[in-house]
Amino acid sequence: MNAQMVALEGGFPDPVFDAQATFRAVMNAMAELGTRQPVHATATPPAPLSPTAGALALTLCDQDTCIWLEASLTSEAVIAWLRYQTGATIVDNPAQAQFAFVADASSMPRLDAFAEGSQDYPDRSTTLVLIVDALDSGEPLLLEGPGIERRSSLAPTALPGDFRSQWRDNGVRFPRGVDLVFAARHEIACLPRTTRILEPAEA
Amino acid sequence: MNAPTGSIASYNFAYLDEQTKRMIRRAILKAIAIPGYQVPFASREMPMPYGWGTGGVQVTAAIIGPHDVLKVIDQGADDTTNAVSIRAFFQKVANVAVTTRTDEATIIQTRHRIPEQPLKAGQTLVYQVPIPEPLRFLEPRETETRKMHALEEYGLMHVKLYEDIATHGRIATTYAYPVKVEGRYVMDPSPTPKFDNPKMHMSPALQLFGAGREKRIYALPPFTRVESLDFDDHPFTVQTFDKPCALCGAEGVYLDEVILDDRGGHMFVCSDTDHCESRQGDGHRGQQEGTFR
Repeated sequence: MNAQMVALEGGFPDPVFDAQATFRAVMNAMAELGTRQPVHATATPPAPLSPTAGALALTLCDQDTCIWLEASLTSEAVIAWLRYQTGATIVDNPAQAQFAFVADASSMPRLDAFAEGSQDYPDRSTTLVLIVDALDSGEPLLLEGPGIERRSSLAPTALPGDFRSQWRDNGVRFPRGVDLVFAARHEIACLPRTTRILEPAEA
Repeated sequence: MNAPTGSIASYNFAYLDEQTKRMIRRAILKAIAIPGYQVPFASREMPMPYGWGTGGVQVTAAIIGPHDVLKVIDQGADDTTNAVSIRAFFQKVANVAVTTRTDEATIIQTRHRIPEQPLKAGQTLVYQVPIPEPLRFLEPRETETRKMHALEEYGLMHVKLYEDIATHGRIATTYAYPVKVEGRYVMDPSPTPKFDNPKMHMSPALQLFGAGREKRIYALPPFTRVESLDFDDHPFTVQTFDKPCALCGAEGVYLDEVILDDRGGHMFVCSDTDHCESRQGDGHRGQQEGTFR
């Protein structure tokens, strides 16, 4: 099947309620720090864009948003699917993107390459969607911040090597900064910019 | 809708079109990520005038799903005009279950009160906000207040509270009492009585604020630090009442004055009608309970 044919398939079977349910999962994940929220909606985008990441794109992206794609996602099929299903503009410059999708964290630019918003408008920043295999089998991250009473932990797989120091720098720029969504199989978790990742020594 | 399916065009679920919902949803996510910061959004015309809760209605419409149970309160009451109309609106356009019981609701839309019963994790409180900018009456220019938030320049707000003390001997602000969120943004809690301010601090529920006319959305994630501004020698205090609720005898709750006659007769009753009714259902009685049956 060519890219144009693939683009027409794989949207939400029930667009209104699938988008609502997926949004509530993201909203809860963003609000309740460290929780893993199930995503049941069934989007079937072309690989390597995962079904969960595809559901997030259908829920949040449209003609008003720009999407940046990490190199492994820049296939003709993925681009055609996103363009047809969401109407979003695909951009080359990560600093212009409202949403960025990453399948291979080892080849993504540093977090400060994305839009961090301005001091006046810190909301004008990129939300990164990182496609991961699982949320509990990577290096454990101990989390603190708004959204959790004390501490919680997440262990997403396949983070960039110096993620802790990049995330610390992201926090220093507050209120500017990027927000992360981890898209695993059928579940998501978020790191809003307010999250502090504790060093193992602080645990 | 009331009409038989397929006979006439009906509204989209929860009234708003999907593109509008996505725009509001994106704003809500950024609002949660930057607690207390007011995110601009493209507020729509709603089938009710600005000032009647269009901001709260748009936020509720963007988050509500078929499995939600909605409660709407206006000054604490489930049975006043604004609450009744908004509840009926969502029954009609989203066909959701509604309740007056705080503990049964998944989404509570409120005008100017926080329920007396502590909220639980998983509940979302949606505030209707008239003026979201806490600095607006001190500095009318949006360009300036935006800069003040950007630079964390909140001295003017403390001057205002100090002038209260100089004039009245105490901080005379009793509603829309400014708070500082996570030590960063000064935020208007909407015109809730300051009595409710402590309930916002470290609440297990998600709190979303929608201002329709002013086109702003802001948020407090669960377990967020919310401190009411004050001075070391004039610490923040909440209102206290001399008598318990006249109907249910509750103490330590926010009371409304009800005028009984034209000879100065009055009584004080719970502003939170669900709280009052639940207590009466449990057998609690105030001094004047039964007078009006």
